[in-house]
Amino acid sequence: MRTGQAYGRTAVFGFALMTAALALASPFPARAQGTPRVVEITAKRFEFTPKEITLKQGETVTLRLTTEDVTHGFFMKTLGIDAVVEPGHPTEITITPQTTGSFTTICDHFCGDGHGNMHMKIVVE
Amino acid sequence: MSDRVDRRSFLKIAGTSLGIGALYSVAPLLGADGEAGEVARSLWKKNGERLKPFSFVQLSDTHVGFNGPPDPLGTQAFERAVEMINGLRHRPDLVLVSGDLTHDSEKAGEHAERMRRFKEIAGRLKVSAVHCIPGEHDAGLDGGALFRDAFGPTYYAFDHRGVHFIGLDNVSRAKPEVGPEQIAWLKKDLARFPASAPIVVFTHRPLFDLKPEWEWFTSDGDEVMNVLTPYQNVTVLYGHIHRHHEHTAGAARHLAARSLIWAFPDPATTDDKKPLPFDKDQPFKNLGLRIVEEPKGRGAEPGRPTINEVELTMREYAGTVGINQFLKEGASR
Ligand SMILES: [Cu+2]
Repeated sequence: MRTGQAYGRTAVFGFALMTAALALASPFPARAQGTPRVVEITAKRFEFTPKEITLKQGETVTLRLTTEDVTHGFFMKTLGIDAVVEPGHPTEITITPQTTGSFTTICDHFCGDGHGNMHMKIVVE
Repeated sequence: MSDRVDRRSFLKIAGTSLGIGALYSVAPLLGADGEAGEVARSLWKKNGERLKPFSFVQLSDTHVGFNGPPDPLGTQAFERAVEMINGLRHRPDLVLVSGDLTHDSEKAGEHAERMRRFKEIAGRLKVSAVHCIPGEHDAGLDGGALFRDAFGPTYYAFDHRGVHFIGLDNVSRAKPEVGPEQIAWLKKDLARFPASAPIVVFTHRPLFDLKPEWEWFTSDGDEVMNVLTPYQNVTVLYGHIHRHHEHTAGAARHLAARSLIWAFPDPATTDDKKPLPFDKDQPFKNLGLRIVEEPKGRGAEPGRPTINEVELTMREYAGTVGINQFLKEGASR
């Protein structure tokens, strides 16, 4: 959702501030301006690969989505994820999950017969 | 039940549905005054119809063209529902079909054939009008092109005997959403109605977050309901979830219809969105339809010529044995 994305951006901004503060306080140089870890996710009818990813609470990560066939959706309300991935254009979403748990993330862009069961799990520890 | 009736209101639902084939009643009540009476008179003028008791049926999720598992019966439950409707003592005026009339097919020709087959079966209905809106299996792959060819617009509104019906499309954009154009249209459509107007919205997906992880939601459903918030008599009938569900938010009541092919489990009991297994001894278990019917003995007060309130009442059927239960008609509320 739009609100989710706004939340994501705020979270990234907060993270950047924190990194800056840490950089001042720490004798060690901040690493690459805190570039988030990238997690690759591939969509194809009617599954995501991998089927499960594990993130850390408070860790900013970039999910990089690609599709091997048609347009798919990627939706998990609690984590503020609402994206679409089109053929030929990877979609990147940056999130900083604040809630621990196991979150079923679905394709919400109708893609055919097995669409209703196209999902994966995002575990936040 | 009548103690829950707000006299200012125009259209009501009382009671709950536990079993199959919940019956709704739409009937005028006499004795209310003011705005509601005004609405009745203006609708009468506009449509040339007095508010009269009438009934209508909601069918949903017939998935014509689907081949099991889990449900190997194809169109049998749908065809049986059509027979039952035709056999009702009080013939309903309308049948509303809340989406997934057909199962999708990669081949446009095959999908068009499924639409034709749906129309052939629905065409047996002895009612004056059948109103359909699409589900994602009808319109998710082609933006509703085939549906429009077969049935016309994917969203629209009409009046029937003093009730304003609105069919909404939350599937054609491929995502579970209605979209800004349709919301703008809805605002315009509703502008001429006073707050007491009886409104029945029918759509495919729930307009609230029922179970987002199972795609049981509409992302801009809140915006739709905000447009409807000023109205005191809103009933939203939907399908998609292949099971009965009731939900009240503000003045609006949301009711899901059973499907006419496999059923889904209660999401409170499992994380696994898997259809309930087919039971050959009870082939129609958990399937069903909804009939909105005229009640008897109400609203016929003599000497009060102005009809200005409508009650929408749901009768219950005990048990949950699918369509078979429906045949035992005569259960009273
Ligand atoms: Cu998909």
